Amino acid sequence: MGNSGEAQVVLRLNAITKTFGALTANDAVSLSLHKGEVIALLGENGAGKTTLMNILFGQYTADSGTVEVFGRELPPGNPRAALDAGVGMVHQHFTLADNMTVLENVILGTQSLWKPGLNRAVARDKINELAADFRLSVDPDARVGALTVGERQRVEILKALYRDARILILDEPTAVLTPQETDDLFETLRKAVALGLSVVFISHKLHEVMAISDRVLILRHGKMVAERNILDVDKHSLAALMVGAEVSAPKVEPGTPGSPLLSLRNVTTPDQGNAPGLKSLSLTLRAGTITGLAGVSGNGQAALADLIGGLTRPANGTLELDSADVGHWSPREAVHSGIARIPEDRHKTGTIADFNLTENAILETYHQPPMSRRGWMNWGEAQRATQHIIDTYDVRCPGPGTRIRLLSGGNMQKLILGRVLEAEPRIVLANQPVRGLDIGAVNYVHSELLSARKRGAAVLLISEDLDEIMALSDVIYVISEGRLSPGFARDSMTPAELGVWMAGHGFEAEQAHAS
Amino acid sequence: MDLFDILLSASFWTAAIRIASPLIFATLGELICERAGVLNLGIEGIMVAGAFAGWMAVYSGMGLWGGVAVAMLAGMMFGLIHSTLTVPFGLSQHVVGLGITLLATSLTYYAYRLALPEVTSPPKITAFKPYEIPVLSDLPLIGQALFSQTPLTYLAFVLVGLVSVVLYRTPLGLALRAAGENPSAVAAQGLSVTGLRMGAVIFGSGFMAVGGAFLTMSAFDSFFFEMVNGRGWICIALVVFGAWKPGKALLGAILFAAFDALQIRIQQTPLGANIPYQVFLMMPYLLSILALIAMSRRAEVPAALMVPFNKGER
Repeated sequence: MGNSGEAQVVLRLNAITKTFGALTANDAVSLSLHKGEVIALLGENGAGKTTLMNILFGQYTADSGTVEVFGRELPPGNPRAALDAGVGMVHQHFTLADNMTVLENVILGTQSLWKPGLNRAVARDKINELAADFRLSVDPDARVGALTVGERQRVEILKALYRDARILILDEPTAVLTPQETDDLFETLRKAVALGLSVVFISHKLHEVMAISDRVLILRHGKMVAERNILDVDKHSLAALMVGAEVSAPKVEPGTPGSPLLSLRNVTTPDQGNAPGLKSLSLTLRAGTITGLAGVSGNGQAALADLIGGLTRPANGTLELDSADVGHWSPREAVHSGIARIPEDRHKTGTIADFNLTENAILETYHQPPMSRRGWMNWGEAQRATQHIIDTYDVRCPGPGTRIRLLSGGNMQKLILGRVLEAEPRIVLANQPVRGLDIGAVNYVHSELLSARKRGAAVLLISEDLDEIMALSDVIYVISEGRLSPGFARDSMTPAELGVWMAGHGFEAEQAHAS
Repeated sequence: MDLFDILLSASFWTAAIRIASPLIFATLGELICERAGVLNLGIEGIMVAGAFAGWMAVYSGMGLWGGVAVAMLAGMMFGLIHSTLTVPFGLSQHVVGLGITLLATSLTYYAYRLALPEVTSPPKITAFKPYEIPVLSDLPLIGQALFSQTPLTYLAFVLVGLVSVVLYRTPLGLALRAAGENPSAVAAQGLSVTGLRMGAVIFGSGFMAVGGAFLTMSAFDSFFFEMVNGRGWICIALVVFGAWKPGKALLGAILFAAFDALQIRIQQTPLGANIPYQVFLMMPYLLSILALIAMSRRAEVPAALMVPFNKGER
């Protein structure tokens, strides 16, 4: 790796320009990729990375500019031509059919539609062979819907390799992976490079870019602003290049714990399918404190968030607000009690995609004055309140009448922050608040959480990102299969020590100790 | 005659298979459309059009198989209209489907009046005759039921196998199913989702029309208004009942037809004398609903059914 000077150029983009209405997604972007090289395409959300790759793959047609693969120009807007030329793309949102098997998904489109037979046996052998060569273990006859996200990604990569791809394009491949799965993916990519393939790796995670790529290209607002050899940069300089200014994470001072605002005492909730419920869990959220909840996804975080958010009630145990047992418990009750909810999935449960910003901003308050009186909406007031959120929280949008679907993830999250924080809540339930956001937006969300704490709010921060938990939390708990570890003070644990708890160890000793 | 006698009589099963035949054609047609991701509510009207077109073709001097071909073409024409509106234009499949049913039914009645302005009772044609398959038709019970039917019934059964093979054993079937599960996966392979879906709707509609033609060319020998009588809607339920699988859909069609044949016979028993006949008419539908509830709860609906696909949408 790294000898990009002499190696053959396998892919060249020449001055690609693409506009969507008034937005210029790509502005005369050029790049080249050499044989056996990994380049990273780095940029914030909305910088134009995905658009560029969709043009290369023929899913969009560029307004101008050309794509050359192995020296031959590709006809625009034709995915078939890109595939045939040896380009394989793993999309951010997988293009797999859940109700079909791995094998069926892999061979889809590889044979002429008018051929009589499917030849599953030959295909199965080839898949197994590729799986062995590239360390992509997956059962060809498993139904895709039954696979984990990491396994589905392997299927996508297998699909590309099965078509003899020589250039792999991976769009935000690690966004959905656990650290372990990310390591496996990098292992596979290194195998691929060793076998002479070339890789374009799209990401906004700096340490991953540092770990896997030889060269990094930085896109900002649709323009290629920098190209660096990976040996010449560090995480900090990359971040500055990506955002266009020096960035710094908000400074975290230790908090001053106050009185308990919300307490769970031996709360148990039923399991939901594969997702475990809470197992006799006790937790106290104190004023002026950020409580971090670490853990591998699917270990009861959803059950805890649903409980505090008012979506479920404890089957056993008690939920106390200000040391008084809550009676009736519903989402509306939770909001009235001063609980602000930043939901895990801002698209599914945080917003309504085709509602405009105003309608989304008042989802929790529409039923009460001043948003409505005697059953009549006061849209003027709603719009004023929304404009206030847009101004205060720097939501970049054409105006309060814009459909929220059109906003980037970061701006959508800012609107949600404004919606819940404007009411000065006493308790903030922040479930994966920065998932999928770029650095600028991440720092913004974190500083808002810190100022809520400063105001005296109790913040529960649920995250799969241990770095985030360790940076912000005054006290850290680990959740595993619905059980909670003891609370660890800031800086009392190393990531490795927390990792042991995240893997589910230590809980038995804890129980023995307690009894 | 009690229930057992009915269920063990060859004539009962012969009737059941005959009643099932048009349902099999139309259910297969609907199944092909839905597997590709398009709900085709034009089925009822397309069956009416097929019934008329096939019969009219034979009445005008074409051969019986020529009539079947004309019916198929008529259905494919309505399928072309349906799929043009629902696939490239992405219009509501419900509205377009119901519109096609109303259009096809009304056009058919209009064409009937244009072609036969003077007649009071519709003319008869020489319909398909039962063909006894040598040896097999001598088997007890099933010989009569399965192997002494008209050629169109045999064609229906052959089509079940054929559609099954195409769906599960060919690249075309794989692509078609994928278009109904995740059209982006199909588009990412450079295949045309529009082409696959339109093709499925056009061919599926052709099968529906042949189902209608079975009524005028095999079950009866003439065309009446209202003769399709809700069979299209039953086929939509049968697709769900069959969990979008041809073999199971075949079983569903036979089950429904057996209920229908049974209620006709029970009407003629002493029991039938005391109960209004409408109760018996209702029975197959009621039992179908119950069977549907029991059978289809775990069924896997094609994930992209009724989801229009727009290339390049952000």
